Amino acid sequence: MTTMIETKDISVFYGHSQALKEISFIIESGDFVGLAGPNGAGKTTLIKAVLNLLPLSTGEIKLFGIQQKKFDDWGKIGYLPQKISTINPLFPATVDEVVMLGLLSQKKWPKRTIKQDQTVINEVLDQLGIIDLKKRMLSELSGGQQQKVLLARTLVSNPSILIFDEPSTALDPESRETFYALMQRLNKKDGITIILITHDTASIGSYANKLLYIDKSIIYFGMFSDFCKSEDMNTYFGKFVQHLICHQHS
Amino acid sequence: MIEFLQYSFIQKAFIAGAFISIACSTLGIFLVLRKMSLIGDGLSHVGFGAIAIGLFFGIYPLIAAIPLVMLGSIVILKISEKAKVYGDAAIGIISAVGISTGVILSSLSSGFNVDLFSYLFGNILSISSTEVILSILLSIIVLLMIYFFYWDLFSATFDEEYAKTTGIKTNSINILLTLLTALTVVLTVKMAGIMLVSALLILPAVTALQLTNGFKKAMFIGGVVSLISVVTGITISFFINLPTGATIVLVNVMLFMLSLINSKR
Repeated sequence: MTTMIETKDISVFYGHSQALKEISFIIESGDFVGLAGPNGAGKTTLIKAVLNLLPLSTGEIKLFGIQQKKFDDWGKIGYLPQKISTINPLFPATVDEVVMLGLLSQKKWPKRTIKQDQTVINEVLDQLGIIDLKKRMLSELSGGQQQKVLLARTLVSNPSILIFDEPSTALDPESRETFYALMQRLNKKDGITIILITHDTASIGSYANKLLYIDKSIIYFGMFSDFCKSEDMNTYFGKFVQHLICHQHS
Repeated sequence: MIEFLQYSFIQKAFIAGAFISIACSTLGIFLVLRKMSLIGDGLSHVGFGAIAIGLFFGIYPLIAAIPLVMLGSIVILKISEKAKVYGDAAIGIISAVGISTGVILSSLSSGFNVDLFSYLFGNILSISSTEVILSILLSIIVLLMIYFFYWDLFSATFDEEYAKTTGIKTNSINILLTLLTALTVVLTVKMAGIMLVSALLILPAVTALQLTNGFKKAMFIGGVVSLISVVTGITISFFINLPTGATIVLVNVMLFMLSLINSKR
């Protein structure tokens, strides 16, 4: 097992308000981690801190064994942000132009497109069943289609870690199932490490092998199987919620 | 009618106008999509103060304006980053500093008021050969920088946060974009005047956005629209003796209205 992400005692403040408190965990290759917690627990903040989008107040983060500040191989980490509502409806980008953005992490300055990029983009669009949308404007597509395009942008660089921030909120139930199935395939078949922020604590246990439950600090981090048996978690959540988080876990 | 092309001042106006207009429209697409359209307006007001400083100290006004407006653009960026001030408020502050400096310097010196106020509305028909060369060189620098940083600018404009996760140094890209805007604003002052600079950054871009699907196409169409406006504007203003900058802007407005009829959205 290789260590993919390691955080040591990280804390983040927004002004005077503490968003994360002394968070330490290690995510290893092949892990599928469900990151859960109540609203305002700091889930998105934690991910943004890992991705170097927010400054740490204390602590340190290592990515692939390298100090985060020195890490530059960002193509290894694919990130699908939470809000597709931030897409500017006036922006005249076509689907293939948006997916191209995912390949920029592998390019050196001056960044230019080459023929092979189009082949890779076609492959990922085909894999997600949206190749026919390639020349359509992103702003013309439905929420579900836009989400798939952003997923294609995340997958196109062939990352070793995928970080999804509540990806299923914009999807209808059928697309959600397909999406979860795809994640499971990426994890099991391709060995990609996945971190999935989710509110869907009732079904995350069917897919993830580890649970990272936070409420500013870590409440639980470990295997799902251990969570189900933990007396501490029984005390913290009560039997009903502990069972709810566990009950779909085989 | 075609004989008017033989006048050297018309030739100079066409050549400088073509380069400046393409630099404006190309940069304008990024500014409009980043909701930074009015930074051009703010920086042109800084230009007013900077030109007044140039005239006051006997420095060639556009040469004095380039570093000062670039400095103004960085200050706008830093105020909105560091202080609890929104970008548009930061533009408002720096804009006011520029105008106030210009007004105070013009009241201190009775000699250059006519010169200073000529920059308010510009006149590309009076452009000198040195200014033509300066316009060509600076426009090429702006266009080359956009060419070399095309994908970084695209990504940071589409989604700044995501761009950061792909290793793009978005702070540096933002500085680059505002510095290029400062350069372009100074260039455009001679053509459209301080009051109308932002129109040449905004109008071709919004016209192109009505007509296209695809980012590169939008840049291309913006360039064509801008070029048509400048050539038509200069020609009309010559024949019916109208102020050139204002005519170019109104041709731009007409093309924008036409684009609304043909809008793809």
